[in-house]
Amino acid sequence: MRLRVGWRASVSLSGTVLKYLSVAFLVPILVSLLYEREDLLVFVATMAGTALAGTLLERVGSPEDLGDREAFLMVGLTWLLVAFVGAVPYVLAGTGTIAHPVNALFESMSGFTTTGSTVMRDISVEAHSRELMMWRQLTQWLGGMGIVVLAVAILSELSVGGAQLMEAEAPGPGVEKLTPRIAETARALWLAYVGFSIAEVLLLSLLGATELAPNMTAYGALAHTFTTMPTGGFSPQARSIEAFSWAVQWAIIPFMVVAGTNFVLFWQLLNGDWREAVADSEFRFYAGVLASLTAIVSVLLFVDGALVDAENVGRVAGAIEPSVRHAAFQVVSIVTTTGYASMNFDIWSPPAQYALVFAMFLGGSAGSTGGAIKMIRWLVILKSIRRELFTTVHPSAVRPVRLAGEPLDETAVRGIYTFTLLYFVLFLGGALLLALDAARVDGFEIEVIGLITACAATLGNIGPGLGVVGPMGNFVDFPWTSKLLMVGLMWIGRLEIFPVLVLLTRAYWRS
Amino acid sequence: MRVIVIGAGEVGRSIAANLADSNEVVVIERDSEIVEELTYSLDVLSIAGDGTSLEILEEAGVEDADIVIASTDNDETNLVACGTAKTVSDAFTIARVKKTNLLDTWRRTKGAFGVDFMVGSDLLTAHAIVRIAGLPGAHDADVFAGGAVRMAEFEIAAESPIAGETIREADRFDSLTFAAIFREGEVTIPRGDTRIRAEDRLVVIGSPESVQEFATELYPAEARDGTDEVVIVGGSEIGFQTAKLFEDHGLKPRLVEQDHDRARELAEELPKTTVMESDATDAEFLSREHVDEADLLVATLESDQKNLLVSLLAERLGVDRSVAIVESPDYVDLFEAVGVDVAINPREETAEEITRFTREGEAENVAMLESDLAEVVEFEVDGDSLLVGRSIQEAMAELPECVVVGAITRDGAHITPRGDTRVEAGDHVVVFLATEVLDDVLDKI
Repeated sequence: MRLRVGWRASVSLSGTVLKYLSVAFLVPILVSLLYEREDLLVFVATMAGTALAGTLLERVGSPEDLGDREAFLMVGLTWLLVAFVGAVPYVLAGTGTIAHPVNALFESMSGFTTTGSTVMRDISVEAHSRELMMWRQLTQWLGGMGIVVLAVAILSELSVGGAQLMEAEAPGPGVEKLTPRIAETARALWLAYVGFSIAEVLLLSLLGATELAPNMTAYGALAHTFTTMPTGGFSPQARSIEAFSWAVQWAIIPFMVVAGTNFVLFWQLLNGDWREAVADSEFRFYAGVLASLTAIVSVLLFVDGALVDAENVGRVAGAIEPSVRHAAFQVVSIVTTTGYASMNFDIWSPPAQYALVFAMFLGGSAGSTGGAIKMIRWLVILKSIRRELFTTVHPSAVRPVRLAGEPLDETAVRGIYTFTLLYFVLFLGGALLLALDAARVDGFEIEVIGLITACAATLGNIGPGLGVVGPMGNFVDFPWTSKLLMVGLMWIGRLEIFPVLVLLTRAYWRS
Repeated sequence: MRVIVIGAGEVGRSIAANLADSNEVVVIERDSEIVEELTYSLDVLSIAGDGTSLEILEEAGVEDADIVIASTDNDETNLVACGTAKTVSDAFTIARVKKTNLLDTWRRTKGAFGVDFMVGSDLLTAHAIVRIAGLPGAHDADVFAGGAVRMAEFEIAAESPIAGETIREADRFDSLTFAAIFREGEVTIPRGDTRIRAEDRLVVIGSPESVQEFATELYPAEARDGTDEVVIVGGSEIGFQTAKLFEDHGLKPRLVEQDHDRARELAEELPKTTVMESDATDAEFLSREHVDEADLLVATLESDQKNLLVSLLAERLGVDRSVAIVESPDYVDLFEAVGVDVAINPREETAEEITRFTREGEAENVAMLESDLAEVVEFEVDGDSLLVGRSIQEAMAELPECVVVGAITRDGAHITPRGDTRVEAGDHVVVFLATEVLDDVLDKI
């Protein structure tokens, strides 16, 4: 068998990315130096190891041979390698449940893919060192806008194949080139990302300095920014955002909304094309979905008498501001696939919970850091359903699906159908496998809603589900086989299915 | 004036014929047989050669020419010919194009390609279709004085309420003038006792409301429904432009195109049009899509025969009105004789537009009727016009018979001309006149 893929180029490029990624360990090292220096050695060692491994892999081949096929392999491989490297500190530190290699890999993959599902039983800076917790946050921030996009922005040798690489990694169908040079586009996206991150750190720190949120420290502000902007959802607090005041909760909502918006729009805003940004049909749809779901859930929370006094939260039912706040927070958090919780929504009434399950499949906008199916796909699907209804009555009608007046190519529409169908196949298949695995292991019991939402939450890179995997629970009790399966789901979900699945086809490897 | 016409196809020929009487016309044509034939049939100088060649243009005396008209069937040739002429002369250049994108480019920067005036023949035809579509029963329609005056030509059906009436009896519409009657190929200027017969073609000039009102009285059934349901058959450039204009008028037309790729292309370009991919001569398709309920069917297929077939099929199914594009001018009458309501020849429209433009200076707007039998001309009256200072009745006595003052606008307001109306300098006058007396009359008024 002769391989038609220049895998050496892919491996070499992945090595380069890994080499540069080692720089990221400076952040936990710095945190370590500022605090108790518990895990300083762990990070110094991992940094050295990563740099060495990267350099060695880089020598396998030459990155010049990168084509379409090699791009898929490179992206898929990079994310796997990064997840493995990211797991090393958890194992070396040896604290808590994440010291187990499978758990460490799960946590690392969950971080880089911005899923936010955790296998940490004891989430606090007391049980784990601050630098370890900060590394956990940082993996999300790095993964959010995309490691490969970052690499394209920084590495000049990636500029030619950059479009393919970004296509394979960036969320949503198609890459919009904002500038003639792909590296500039990647830099523009990262610049917007960094800009919003700085704004959030400042705002949260400011709140922390006032009476409004006395428990928001500088560490907390940075840690939460690292997990809001990538729509990640890891919090160094076991109670997630419930641990903070109403002011912090309100402050985080707009940042989650921004994180779920196509970053291209911010680029247009920056260039003064605000009309175009506001008229964007996906953005309008996204805003409409968020607003209507929030309205529905607010009413459900307001009228639900069972919810008199939630633990740590106070009275929600019958109170307008808390109903709206928790509804908006949770809806935005789940739709954008951030996965933060402002209260334990596992105790919500069934209709409100199902609204969240529904929201788990929506996802943010294309070109955002959000996961799941994404708004643009749903918009196209809704429009093509309307088209199908019309052509049923008028069989000879030719009717293109339009987005903001612009006709869509039929291959793009077909791609969207296929993606969505595959998404549901993977979701149902994954849930079935999880169920089989749960039945195989004695003494592990899980209710259906927990099983189903665990699969949806990992595939969609959302984070928490309902039941045992609810916002105040975690994934640690799953059998190790299930955890590995979910590692795979997170990986596939983050790269939007095709780049990973294509690696499994014969056609890809042979001519 | 010295006018050079490049290309002696139907358009070029028709322009040359229109201008030959009062101008020095040189025609450049590649086909030497046509050149030979033209020499004998028209009072023009004809030269055999390529109109894009500077040598030939110089031979035609381009340096002294006032107007160069490029009217071949090829867009690019026309543009290059104009550009070439501009290199050696200051002549006013006119180019005929089919591609609307060229027209768009030219409109953005007037003078682009060395063209001073560009005529988009397909767009022009589409405009004519839409104009006529708005008036039930009309065969031709045009607007003057910035929209304040409308001219239309109607065919009188046997069951029409005014058939058999005299002009005096029929004259019950405010601000409407019966300008002329075409009967068996002859122009008649109606007098009070002229009797209107079935199959007459009546030319009326008046305010848009009165012309509309007149159409409504003549064709009450069609006018009651209005023209909301439009079906266009054939996705040619004319069909496309027509659909676009209907869209601009707030209608949602249906367009039938047989070719798969072209249908898709049209559907992408026309968001408010329902594009159907089908053979429009398929009766089952027509009935499934309820084409019979359409108020108007426009046939813009590439072949005259198919346009005729589709129009007749539609008429048979029960479509209120049919308009068909006819490429060969000889068929225009035939089409209308066998039952197509209106037949439009794009080349005629183009020739008309170009001729109308070359008359600028003498007149502000010109419409040609019945393939050049008569014209409706708009002009601003100046101090030394024959019309100033006397009543229309007095003025008419000094003019040839085939002249009618159809409408007058003073400061944008419409005045219905009657025998005792006095015209003032600065008024805009819309006059109907037979082509044979045109130059004579225009000199006097």
